[in-house]
Amino acid sequence: MELKGGAGVKEVFIDISRCVGCKSCEIACAVAHSESRSLFGAIAEKVPPRKRIFVHAVDSSKVPINCRHCEEARCVAVCPTGAMFRDEQSGTILHDPERCLGCGFCEIACPFGVITRLPERKIVAKCDRCPDRQVPACVEACPTNALLYLTPQDAQKVKRQRVVAQFVAS
Amino acid sequence: MAERSIDRAALFLLKKAAREGVETAWDRFEKQQPQCGFGQLGICCRNCNMGPCRIDPFGDGPQEGVCGATADTIAARNLLRMIAAGAAAHSDHGRDIITTVYAAACGEAQGYEIKDEEKLRALASEYGISWEGRSKEEVARELARAVMEEFGMVKGSVQFVKRAPEKRRAVWEKAGVLPRGIDREIVESMHRTHMGVDNDYVNLVLHGVRTSLSDGWGGSMVATEFSDVLFGTPQPVRGKSNLGVLKEDQVNIVLHGHEPTLSEMIALAAKDEELLALAREKGATGINVCGMCCTGNELLMRHGIPVAGNFLQQELAVITGAVEAMVVDIQCIMPALTKVAQCYHTKIISTSPKARFADALHIQFEEHNALEIAKKIVRVAVENFPNRKPSLVQIPEEEVEYVAGFSVEAILKALGGSLDPLLDAIKTGKIKGIVGIVGCNNPKHTHDHGHLNLTRELIKNDVLVVETGCAAIACAKAGLLLPEAAAEAGPGLRAVCESLEIPPVLHMGSCVDISRILVVAAAVANALGVDISDLPVAGAAPEWMSEKAVSIGTYVVGSGIFTVLGTVPPILGSKNLVELLTKGAQEVLGAVFAVEEDPFKAAILILDHLTAKRKALGLD
Repeated sequence: MELKGGAGVKEVFIDISRCVGCKSCEIACAVAHSESRSLFGAIAEKVPPRKRIFVHAVDSSKVPINCRHCEEARCVAVCPTGAMFRDEQSGTILHDPERCLGCGFCEIACPFGVITRLPERKIVAKCDRCPDRQVPACVEACPTNALLYLTPQDAQKVKRQRVVAQFVAS
Repeated sequence: MAERSIDRAALFLLKKAAREGVETAWDRFEKQQPQCGFGQLGICCRNCNMGPCRIDPFGDGPQEGVCGATADTIAARNLLRMIAAGAAAHSDHGRDIITTVYAAACGEAQGYEIKDEEKLRALASEYGISWEGRSKEEVARELARAVMEEFGMVKGSVQFVKRAPEKRRAVWEKAGVLPRGIDREIVESMHRTHMGVDNDYVNLVLHGVRTSLSDGWGGSMVATEFSDVLFGTPQPVRGKSNLGVLKEDQVNIVLHGHEPTLSEMIALAAKDEELLALAREKGATGINVCGMCCTGNELLMRHGIPVAGNFLQQELAVITGAVEAMVVDIQCIMPALTKVAQCYHTKIISTSPKARFADALHIQFEEHNALEIAKKIVRVAVENFPNRKPSLVQIPEEEVEYVAGFSVEAILKALGGSLDPLLDAIKTGKIKGIVGIVGCNNPKHTHDHGHLNLTRELIKNDVLVVETGCAAIACAKAGLLLPEAAAEAGPGLRAVCESLEIPPVLHMGSCVDISRILVVAAAVANALGVDISDLPVAGAAPEWMSEKAVSIGTYVVGSGIFTVLGTVPPILGSKNLVELLTKGAQEVLGAVFAVEEDPFKAAILILDHLTAKRKALGLD
């Protein structure tokens, strides 16, 4: 089996140093998962759309956190109905609302706490990395580039280049 | 987004800008996308330093700020602050005008005089100031002092409120929104929105109405009336519009901003023989003074001076490469201008101590030697002519004639001295109603698309349209301000326009001149013995962007006129506030807001409203 993050598959990376805690990603995520897909439409919907990314603060640092789409996804392992599953092609962990019991085992299993509830539908929901968009809504909404949409290889390369530049400068 | 503009001159220069690597508001707008959702919904609060706080619009995050303010409180406080800022801008403009009237009457304002004595007399009698045995300067001084007192206040309510129909004043008294003083309401707005003062969204909105009325029936009306006293009451006048008014062989000076005070003097200085000779010496055939935005409107209303364009065309004027100087005063002047100007030879000259710009040349306006300063500014422009880079000069060919100058007095004159012909046309249904279309441009919408399509839809349906500000300039550029445009009107309106030889769209002036529209509405209501809210009238701001527009929209609704906004105001985060402004206000004020971004759908909303009002009046 090919690991996720094969050539060309992008993931959402976080540059904590750039997050200002504006929560634009949270709103964009909720809107992207609304019926109308527009802010002014979403605000009027009977069942409010839910975000799947969360900005938390620790001391003066702000950190956006969402599903890491784990290789060994515990949420998938514990799901009794197969509602939580891996989509091999995109390398994402997806969730089928039709099969979800709302048992909450995935919430217990997730080490990051990024599975949310849809109380009105009595099921859970999570990041699907916006499959019908070129770039996930949270990344697009981030005004400071704290969220990046890169292949893991490129994400590491960016860091290596930064370190190398520092070496050279010193 | 769709096309950036429907104006060919604008599109021509946007292409030039792209070729030359010059950024405009449209590019910066794109870079701002997506814009902050909390801001768009009006549910972030920065009013104290326990915050900033935000309300989660979808309900799974915080629903209260640190102090406990809800979405209702926060959105209403933010709205009130927008109204206060808008009212402050108009009213401070009014204050400057009345200060100049006073200085002119004291003989301390070089080049200024009381031009319209008839208007001065009428205003003096309105204020109960006797004319007997006194010079016009004496009367003007006493009147100016009385008006200045209205800013701080004194005596119950603002004077011009008495121009409103009795029924409307009763509505205001009952709702507790009679404006008590021009500055006072603005100050109180700031007080109420301070941390821990007014937290009730209904109470906040009511004060917003009162603050806006202190603008519409106060500060703006002062600006209009006393500009007329100083510079003359506008009468119909022909001129030309759009960027084609810039001349390749002349020194081009664009006057941009909002006040007529300095620009009147620059228009005068540009006729100075010595400066004209200097221009010829520098290789130009003359000095071409053009307006932009509402400074442009003030000038074209009184002198038919060419108007180069509206709000979103300010950078484009510089991008022609043919503007020697853009002289700016206050309001709606993009800080980007100085950066754009660095790519060409244009000098951006700031003149107001209130509005300075990084990298601009500052030549401060002082009324006691205004003409000298005006000449100095014109000289800078003339001397800049040889610095033009011919390879960068491209002036679009679009240049369209307009007829403007429809003050209330001019409209009455066109009607033969009485309102009766207009009232008859409304009663018989030749004219279905009157709609004021006003306001800005906004890159959220295709430039001029909202203004032109709403105007065309309405005149086609026999609605007389009155306009001010950037909406009016949009229509000037499309030829809709010409009597010939009656051909685009429905048969009823067309017949009326042809018999009176007026355009179907009347240009009534700058944005403070929306007060002229209020005076017309009050006069029509008084003639019919009804409230303004009973009339088949409506307001619209299809492309609004400024806080002034928020104040305007509120005083128009507060005056009893249904108003359709073409861009979404930042209040949707509070459902209660939306409900109050779009439904609840009907019971209290007899009018509400609607929001409709599509001008064709907005036209349907307005036509339905006019039909309902006609029916209620027993017309049709």
